[in-house]
Amino acid sequence: MTEWLNVILQGVLIGGLYAMFAAGLSLIFGVMRLVNIAHGDLIVLAAYVALMVTTTLGIDPLTSLLLVTPTMAIVGYALQRGLLNRTLGDDLLPPLLVTFGLSIIIQNGLLELFTADSRKLQAGAIEIQTFQALEGVWVGLLPLIQFLVAVAVIAALQVLFYRTALGRAFRATSDDQPVAQLMGLNTRHVFAMAMALSLAIVAIAAVFLAVRANFDPAIGPARLIFGFEAVIIGGLGSMWGTLAGGVILGVSQAVGAQIDPGWQLLAGHIAFLVILAVRPQGLFPKVSG
Amino acid sequence: MPEPLLDVRAIDVYYGDFQALFGVSLCVDAGEVVAVIGANGAGKSTLLKSIAGLMAPRHGNILFDGAPIGAAPAFEVVARGVALVPEGRRLFPSLTVEENLKIGGQSRRPGPWTLERVYELFPVLAERRHLPSTSLSGGQQQMAAIGRALMSNPQLLLCDEISLGLAPIIVRDIYARLPAIVAEGLSLIIVEQDIAQALKASSQVYCLQEGRIALHGSARELTRERISAAYFGV
Repeated sequence: MTEWLNVILQGVLIGGLYAMFAAGLSLIFGVMRLVNIAHGDLIVLAAYVALMVTTTLGIDPLTSLLLVTPTMAIVGYALQRGLLNRTLGDDLLPPLLVTFGLSIIIQNGLLELFTADSRKLQAGAIEIQTFQALEGVWVGLLPLIQFLVAVAVIAALQVLFYRTALGRAFRATSDDQPVAQLMGLNTRHVFAMAMALSLAIVAIAAVFLAVRANFDPAIGPARLIFGFEAVIIGGLGSMWGTLAGGVILGVSQAVGAQIDPGWQLLAGHIAFLVILAVRPQGLFPKVSG
Repeated sequence: MPEPLLDVRAIDVYYGDFQALFGVSLCVDAGEVVAVIGANGAGKSTLLKSIAGLMAPRHGNILFDGAPIGAAPAFEVVARGVALVPEGRRLFPSLTVEENLKIGGQSRRPGPWTLERVYELFPVLAERRHLPSTSLSGGQQQMAAIGRALMSNPQLLLCDEISLGLAPIIVRDIYARLPAIVAEGLSLIIVEQDIAQALKASSQVYCLQEGRIALHGSARELTRERISAAYFGV
């Protein structure tokens, strides 16, 4: 019994990481209807940026977030203004193709620079610290921090979207671009701010990913799939739904792995397909029509 | 003679290969109300969109307060003091009534219009400030759209068919508030299909027909006959 409780708890905590993958993806799609195929590779890119920062400055990964997060936000702003804004229009295909190309460029660029060797960020003692939550139920400190950070990120996004002028600009631009311009909003700047925010979240997710497990230039696309699945399970446009989606995906994978280690990914995909078949709009849809 | 506030000089405007406006010229003095009338597809909305910066004229100039704004994007034109109440209201459905008004004030131009002043002008909006904009009736949505445009404290307000789809009593109600708006010193261009309403509210009238100015004169001097001739092109 406690064995299963442990498994489910691990799944919930890793779900926070998936929710962070998904939040940036969902934000971009919500504001500008752009499906960012390079999202997973941008996560890996951020992990390598963190690797460089931690090794050159000798600081621990969590502290490196102070540098990596703003760096990625600037990359996001520049990427949107310099490239992606040019692909936006009535047609969904050009941004899809361009981000697909970007994904290939990032993967191969990282391969050239860092080789195909697996890397990992070293966070020191915190990586293995655990405490007993219940009789026989153990919680790792780092996964717990990761989950709490994910909840904080989602909550912050929620506040930003519904309580600030920037969030108002995001929603208005998503509703009606020409009229948003009539309100004095430069929609190209609004889009770039959304991408900057998305990549800031990517940076946070990347550091937790890179502390938790090995990474190499090729693992991006799988993170993209996890992000997509969490968004679809939770329902488009709902922040808390995205968190729920990440948790469901994480728990499914953990339970699958417990039954048979080879079933980890399969179980996650099956959970996703079942929800897509039974409830295609996701569990907590916000966007209607 | 003082320079006009808005000086549209012989603009040609295209949708791709289709030419919608042919050498259209129009002047608005400070504090003046100008009506633009014409049948469906005559180019009235296109003219307003060109002034507001949503479309760029291929030839010709638009001068506002002496500066060219023909090539400026909409968000810059708003900052200079031109606001458009778009046809069909087009409030933001994901925003509450108050958020719609607040986003109108995004450009932070100083001036007399604040949330409180808009609520004074349209008290019904104050009652519904925290409701989604989609919950308003057509007339209330029109009031919110006008209020949203006023929040940018424009010198020139462009109103595109504010009577469209509204009951006559509501239209009268909304038109009754226009003098209070003009009293704040701004100029107005109203585009209307309802000619009687347009003539009553304005001092100058331009009639568009198939993308060209077919008639221009002071609202008092124009006769019904001349207007209908220009309107239908007989």
